[in-house]
Amino acid sequence: MDFFSACVLAAGIGMGLGAVGPGIGGGMVVGSALEGMSRNPGASGKLLTTMFVGFALIESLAIYALVVVLIILYANPYKEFGLKVLEHVGK
Amino acid sequence: MEIAHKDVDTITYTWLVMAFLIVLSLLGTRGLKSMPGGLQNFLESIISTIETMLSDTMGKHGKSFFALIATLFLYILISNLIGLLPGFFPPTANINTTLALALIVVVLTHVVGIKKHGFSYIKHFLGPVWWLSWMIFVIEIISHFSRILSLSLRLFGNIGGHEVVIMVIFMLVPFFVPLIMSVLGLLIAIIQSVVFMYLSMIYIQGAAEEAH
Repeated sequence: MDFFSACVLAAGIGMGLGAVGPGIGGGMVVGSALEGMSRNPGASGKLLTTMFVGFALIESLAIYALVVVLIILYANPYKEFGLKVLEHVGK
Repeated sequence: MEIAHKDVDTITYTWLVMAFLIVLSLLGTRGLKSMPGGLQNFLESIISTIETMLSDTMGKHGKSFFALIATLFLYILISNLIGLLPGFFPPTANINTTLALALIVVVLTHVVGIKKHGFSYIKHFLGPVWWLSWMIFVIEIISHFSRILSLSLRLFGNIGGHEVVIMVIFMLVPFFVPLIMSVLGLLIAIIQSVVFMYLSMIYIQGAAEEAH
């Protein structure tokens, strides 16, 4: 496997795994908020704002994974090194 | 020092957002009336909403931070929303802008803490029991540095990630589907500016109150 296919593979697996936890957490947030709203519809406005803020905080974990993936794909710090290794292996 | 092409774009659009906000405020405050209508009414409703959130979160001594918090919110909101127009680049999709904003907030929290508590501000870092304070000190230092990272990366990742997603979808399906992502982007733009404002209020409040 060469350097670039390893990068793409790492990016795909990393983003997929990074989306699992925030997905579960976000589902729990929305589920509890819906439960609270259906029990007390009068408080739904306040619950909705708090839910959005909390959801954004959880979602940011997936965004960190996205940032790392974008670094791997577009701004890999080991690109030069990887290309050099490839040249040596190619010989 | 050489400036990359992307950063020149960011600087230009930052100036555009600044000019927009300045002109909007000048137009809104020209000829103030006690019975506001039109633009003045619109701006007053935004400002009073921010003020209500501020006093709910920080109590009565939060008033002195109103200018900073409201400026951060309005600047981030307009910068995020500008990215929804085709051809415009949101300044917050560049890590330098968001890092600068996060540094302002985090440095300010420590300035507020030292100003308010003096030398005993160090109690914030030492935890409740003295024999564990060496460990808690290290953890607290790391957590305070990670605030810079999380504040800047959250905003950058959301807005920059949205730009990348829009770009990829435009390449795959140029009709109708980018519209759905743009609606999502509108939601992200508003929520992320609110979250940045909310977190900076909580951080400043945490430094200002007594050590737990």
